[in-house]
Amino acid sequence: MPDSLSQPATRDPDAIRRASWILGALLLMWPLLHIAQFRPAELFDSRNLAVMGGFVGGFFPPVLTTEFLSLTLKATIETLAMATAGVVLALLIAAPLGLVLSHSLSISRIGPGPGRGTGEAVRTLSRFTLLLLRGIPEIVWALLLVRAFGLGPAAGVLAIAITYGGMLGKVYAEILEAGDTRPARVLLEAGSGRLMAFFYGLLPGAAQELASYTVYRWECAVRASVIMGFVGAGGLGQLMDQSMKMLNGGEVSTILVIFLLLVLLADAISVGLRKLLA
Amino acid sequence: MSTVTFDERRRALGFCIYCWTTMLLLAVLVWACFAYLSLDWSLLFSGESAGYMVQFIQRFFPPDLSSEFLQRIAKGTLETLAISALGTLLAAAVGLFLALPAAGRLGGLPKAATRFFLNFLRSVPELVWAALMVMAAGLGPFAGTLALALHTTGVLGRLFAESLENVPSQPTQALVESGASPSLAFVYGTLPSITPQLIAYSMYRWEMNIRMATVLGFVGAGGLGQMLYYELSLLHEAQASSVIIAMLILVVFVDAISAWIRRRQMRPGG
Repeated sequence: MPDSLSQPATRDPDAIRRASWILGALLLMWPLLHIAQFRPAELFDSRNLAVMGGFVGGFFPPVLTTEFLSLTLKATIETLAMATAGVVLALLIAAPLGLVLSHSLSISRIGPGPGRGTGEAVRTLSRFTLLLLRGIPEIVWALLLVRAFGLGPAAGVLAIAITYGGMLGKVYAEILEAGDTRPARVLLEAGSGRLMAFFYGLLPGAAQELASYTVYRWECAVRASVIMGFVGAGGLGQLMDQSMKMLNGGEVSTILVIFLLLVLLADAISVGLRKLLA
Repeated sequence: MSTVTFDERRRALGFCIYCWTTMLLLAVLVWACFAYLSLDWSLLFSGESAGYMVQFIQRFFPPDLSSEFLQRIAKGTLETLAISALGTLLAAAVGLFLALPAAGRLGGLPKAATRFFLNFLRSVPELVWAALMVMAAGLGPFAGTLALALHTTGVLGRLFAESLENVPSQPTQALVESGASPSLAFVYGTLPSITPQLIAYSMYRWEMNIRMATVLGFVGAGGLGQMLYYELSLLHEAQASSVIIAMLILVVFVDAISAWIRRRQMRPGG
């Protein structure tokens, strides 16, 4: 507009819109603050300050006795083993369900024929199963399984297997559908079985992506199994939970450092493996 | 006739010593993991424990669907949503504030220091922050909000810093050269071009935080998780199973919404 060009605006031309956005957001936030019992003053409550101060004060120096370090080393290996075993078991769930779910291996899709209804029913059922497995967070599974199998890593391994089985199965099916599905289709049309069509028609094109995603999930599983111990499912988390309950700051800071190193290590391994695959 | 090199023949035969060694190594490692954990498989597959498992599962049915308990679940769900929303909002605000030094706008030393701080915030899992915050702020949803905010600040701060580094500098420079103050130049030159990205990152983290907020209660940080932990420790399996169903519905619902939004964004003109 020529008017505004000759006369430089002295205030924000968008001010009203911006102000109404901020006002709306604040109005929305008010009940949220109330529900979440947002009371920053509690942080400075003298009792809380004393507990927290004593605890954090104990962070230095970290406990570095050989006895405690060997304990944490054992827990660290246990954490890694839990994640790895969990992901391997998850594969046992994910691979068959992923294959069942993938439309690119559907014979009934090729043409009208018998079995279409059954095929869709099985597919819906397996999709629902995967949704149920991954819809419940892994730590909830762990909390339940600890009650069934007792304290220790078994519950953690199974919890990871269940949740990650659900995640991997869904993503596997998606990967198999997203790539070039024509070879598999040709094989199916020529009369080969589903498994053969998968091995010769789909796997060569999708293997790298499947493996890469599995490695990425392993990295996530390491992070998950680190905290699994807070509900009693073994590993570093359990050790940390104990040290926290005893308000032993020195032990907690040692475990925290190992936490960070472990996550970094898993990250590096995952990135390295995925580069190797690319 | 062209000659076939050794390398080509080897590839044609599908033999790759690198791959096979890797596979072998992986197999050994996996075996070692199972051996180390020495899992008791009989627990899983013997008939006796199967009967026990069936009994265990049966106790969760039917779920408690009395209107009184459903009201408590609704309250817990609302609390979970509030924790995740507030935690993410706080993290977005602090993250943007810390992203400025982390993107190197204040020189090299502040950049390194903030990056280290953000990495630290990010590396400590939410649940550990929650356990610490329960100590600092007492039991309840406030501790959960703080825990999510701390971890998410690390994540968002880093992402925001990356957006800031990649934003074209010409608009800001033009404003500075025509006499605007640096802060105004930032608000009008830089911020508008990264706002969509900032909002997208924050929404994505909010989605993840809703999922996280459902379980933070296990260490006493409010929401549905605290209800589940409480009911399970009282051996109220029927109530616990209602809470689990509520969690499942919440997670699936959030998943569906975010998938729907992503599909809409991918559609051209949508």
